[in-house]
Amino acid sequence: MNARFFAAQRITAFVLALAVVVHLTTIIYAVRGGLTAADILARTHGNVGFALFYGVFVVAVAIHAPIGLRNVVREWSTWHGRTLDTTLAFFALLLLILGLRAVLAVFGS
Amino acid sequence: MRASQRQRGFIAAILHRLSGIALAIFLPVHFFALGTALEGAKALDSFLALTRRPLAEFAEIGIVIALAVHMTLGMRILAIEFLGFRENTLALLSVCAAAVCAFGLFFALNLGWAG
Amino acid sequence: MTETLNVEIWRGTDKGRFESFAIPHRAHQTVLDVVTEIQREHDATLSYRFACRVGMCGSCAMVVNGRPRWTCRTRVNAVLVDGNHLRLEPLRNLTIVKDLTVEMTQFFDKWKEAHGYFEPGPQEKKDFAVVPPQSRERQAADAGIECIGCGVCYSACDVVAWNKDYLGPAALNRAWTLMNDVRDCGQAARLEAVSGDDGCQACHTHMSCTTFCPKAIAPTYSIAGLKRATVLGVLRGAR
Repeated sequence: MNARFFAAQRITAFVLALAVVVHLTTIIYAVRGGLTAADILARTHGNVGFALFYGVFVVAVAIHAPIGLRNVVREWSTWHGRTLDTTLAFFALLLLILGLRAVLAVFGS
Repeated sequence: MRASQRQRGFIAAILHRLSGIALAIFLPVHFFALGTALEGAKALDSFLALTRRPLAEFAEIGIVIALAVHMTLGMRILAIEFLGFRENTLALLSVCAAAVCAFGLFFALNLGWAG
Repeated sequence: MTETLNVEIWRGTDKGRFESFAIPHRAHQTVLDVVTEIQREHDATLSYRFACRVGMCGSCAMVVNGRPRWTCRTRVNAVLVDGNHLRLEPLRNLTIVKDLTVEMTQFFDKWKEAHGYFEPGPQEKKDFAVVPPQSRERQAADAGIECIGCGVCYSACDVVAWNKDYLGPAALNRAWTLMNDVRDCGQAARLEAVSGDDGCQACHTHMSCTTFCPKAIAPTYSIAGLKRATVLGVLRGAR
């Protein structure tokens, strides 16, 4: 299981390396002179490419972040084992649900 | 500080780790905020209005920097682990730092800081 | 050059204290010279290790002014702090036996756990194996093969300090050299041994091991090789 966590985290890292460059550049550009809901939604509403990109982004983050936290908690605290893994699985689910909800929210509104 | 802790690799690893923790805390909030658009543009706007304060904008710049730090230092790791990169010089870390500063600066400027 | 060295040495076990000695400062002294002079002429109860005294065996490894190194290969003049100060401590991350000597058993137990030993396989080979020295695998093995198990990298590693079960740079480096040994028949078991939570994936590329290795080996890149093997293993369904 642990080797799979490692592989999943590194593979999603490659995906995120690309996605984050795109995201940071987009955000920096979009934020010029202030950001309103109308600005965001005008770009994202009905935009399939956008929804697909951010959907993949959300899934990658939901895998990558909890595995990273797992390393930190295991090394810097005494918490480890099943309870930690289960808690982080819930965190992954939280990120997935909130993230996909956000993508749908700006795609569909 | 121990000698091993004064090494560049250790500092890079700590920055990478701390920025990762900051992002992990920030992301659920970020997703939740965007999700308020489900209730329409007005709901998202009122949320965004909260972020127009200097403290919030300062935090936003912090998060953008955290993301840039985590990404560039993460790319260093991927290069060493998977692209056979042999790196133990200041050069690569300087490039990472420069990239981070560029991202952070452009974000801050675009937000309207620095007149 | 100052006339006297102010030498602080750790005495005791993990509970103990630093004891100070004043030693004449001589040209071309090594730290091993200083420790030997203290033990022979000032305090016969001081415990420390050395053997070859010429930088071949690694027995004299200890922490000198915060850095893990071989005392026989450390010129005093190169490491003095505040003009004439030397602080000597035993290697980190290992149980202190007494003063400057540590218990190395755990270090070598981890070599076994990482399958850092050659596995010849069940069948008697009919002829010599042919291993071209310029082949990719042999070059990868040769890059890490000179390790003499001195423990400097293990002492320098922060992850070993955070996770007492982490196999550590030396054991993983040795496993990597064997993974590149085309004669070895134990690769599957070795991959499993090094790809768990306490294996190669716990390395966070601080690179202290590579910085301090007296043989200029880079365990970081060996461990990176193990990480690649781990991911490939997962993708092939082997892990």
